[in-house]
Amino acid sequence: MKPVQDRVAALRPSVAGAVGSSLAPFALALGLAVVMDAVIGPAVGATWSKILLDVGIAIVLAGSLNVVNGYAGQFSIGHAGFMLVGGYAAVWLTFYGSVLWFGTKAPIPGFLGSGQLLFLGSCVLGGLVASLFGLLVGLPSLRLRGDYLAIVTLGFGEIVRVLGQLTARQPKSIAAIKGRSMAELANNLGGAEGFSQVPGYTTLFSVYVFAFVLLVLVYRLKYSSKGRALLAVRENEIAAEAMGVDTTRSKVVAFVFAAFFAGIGGAIYAHQVGALDPKELGFQKSIDLVIIVVIGGMGSITGIVIGASILVILPEVFRQFSDYRMIAYALALIVVMILRPQGIMGVKELWETTWWRRRMSALTALMARRKR
Amino acid sequence: MSDLLQTTINTLAVGGLYALIALGYTLVYGILRFINFAHSDIVSWGGWLAFTIASAAGWLATGHSPVFAMPIVLLLTMVICSVLGVTIERLAYRPLRKAPRLNVLITAIGVSLFLQNVGLLDRFFGNRPATMSALLPNDVLATFGGVHLRVYDTLTIVLTVVLVLVLERVIYGTRLGRAMRAVSFDERTAGLMGINVNSIVTVTFAIGSALAAAGGILFALRNDLRQTADASWVLLGLKAFVAAVVGGIGNVRGAATGALLIAFVEVFVHRYVTQAFPDTPWVGQLQDIYVFGILILVLLFKPSGLLGKAVVEKV
Repeated sequence: MKPVQDRVAALRPSVAGAVGSSLAPFALALGLAVVMDAVIGPAVGATWSKILLDVGIAIVLAGSLNVVNGYAGQFSIGHAGFMLVGGYAAVWLTFYGSVLWFGTKAPIPGFLGSGQLLFLGSCVLGGLVASLFGLLVGLPSLRLRGDYLAIVTLGFGEIVRVLGQLTARQPKSIAAIKGRSMAELANNLGGAEGFSQVPGYTTLFSVYVFAFVLLVLVYRLKYSSKGRALLAVRENEIAAEAMGVDTTRSKVVAFVFAAFFAGIGGAIYAHQVGALDPKELGFQKSIDLVIIVVIGGMGSITGIVIGASILVILPEVFRQFSDYRMIAYALALIVVMILRPQGIMGVKELWETTWWRRRMSALTALMARRKR
Repeated sequence: MSDLLQTTINTLAVGGLYALIALGYTLVYGILRFINFAHSDIVSWGGWLAFTIASAAGWLATGHSPVFAMPIVLLLTMVICSVLGVTIERLAYRPLRKAPRLNVLITAIGVSLFLQNVGLLDRFFGNRPATMSALLPNDVLATFGGVHLRVYDTLTIVLTVVLVLVLERVIYGTRLGRAMRAVSFDERTAGLMGINVNSIVTVTFAIGSALAAAGGILFALRNDLRQTADASWVLLGLKAFVAAVVGGIGNVRGAATGALLIAFVEVFVHRYVTQAFPDTPWVGQLQDIYVFGILILVLLFKPSGLLGKAVVEKV
């Protein structure tokens, strides 16, 4: 019998193994994103590629909102405000940076060439700026609960939108931009007309890299001690605090995390549409995102994916019934809320439902019979 | 001096408009504890219904509106909107009385989208803007010291004061009002005491929607009627809602106070800040930011609003 220390050491995973199993899901996410871009995108054609892009962006935005609304149970209806802030930071970097450093307004081609690296940088910048604002909005949640917090986030979204509309005009010609520094151009964000001529860097790959990475992160969050602390805050804040959960810290972290990905979502959104219009990212957009979260199921990751897919694809499919489309949507919303108030998935994940388990056990039974 | 007086009158008129709409938010919140996001659509429907009634009666050609036109349009619209509000409550909100509040909120948003898009149909109000100022010309009623007292301002102020006083009288001086306050305080216990909670909720929605209709008409007289899905209605609703929250949501006097404060910020500050900073005109354009800034400040320092009671959470 070996001494106990050796037996414990044998149980401990190796450093390489730990790093590997920790990073494997992200490698898988990267691989899936490549598959989305290289295989599925061309296979489904241009129209459906565009819809898939929208679904991916919706997953990034609703998935991050889900951390605040679903996990932590805080009610934010200002998510589009974070999108807008992040989007502004991102388009400022790509548009002016592209002109000042590379002398062109058009997207620079090449996989992971200077253009795409600039875009990647702008997404991260957008996320960082937005998370700074997330901290700003998260701090009041120390004092406010429920509806009042919702109203503050609403007020934040509106303030950001109005401020965006008051920024200075965007110089559009290369000659007008040359000779000025990036800092000087920080206020030239297009004002009420919005920021246009954003180079269209967003591809299925870039959208789904962020979408899958976000899904991995929120999955790990949900089943970690931090995530369980958030769920405890949602269920009963006072009880959670009594159990030793630092509720304030949990809520602020949730806000900052959600804002970071909302900023990234705003960045990829702006680079897909080719413009950033503050009017588009107002109260209505925030509400659209909340609807995805609630319809999908608050706190359910698979629910968010299903909700985002349904709420992006269905309106596209019914585009021809233009006048009655939104009426039907509104009615469907009311009926779903009355008949299935917990949303499609509720708080469960797909693999936690009895429906899925029954299918899976039937499948394994079938496999076992085959083997025999 | 005359400028100051004129600005004060404007403030009172704008505040009155906000107060009428804010009361609907506050009444519903006081009783059901949820933000009725469809309220701003009742306001827009009020404006459009008034326009439809007036144009059907042929009162919108200039000089063709008799003296009784305005009261008739006002009353009829308020009644129709009451019925509309009660119907919405019955069909959409009542099945969710016991559901989590977020669900009711999403339902309210669904109702809001429904009203917006039904209003857009050509069969209803269509998507072209309209104007109904011909129903009641905005004449100068009286002038003193260079200050004009116009019809719209006077009508708004008088109507608001009368309606708020009547509402106060109903809530604090009648059996019905006592029942409403009881339901607001504790729905279950009120039910056990023999109060019919459902009919109280119905009455609340009727009153709130009627006030919203009045607000919608007054807004429509001053401004162009934009299509029902236009952002101007949402912004009007948001500001009235901010007024209700700032004053202390669930509190009738608070809604009036908040509305005056918001109107003050919007009209007064806009007027004099623009004057004070002639070199930087954008400072005066920040009025929406001042409004939402006040909201956030009030919520941070007095989360239950200026006149609201602080609620202690019991374990």
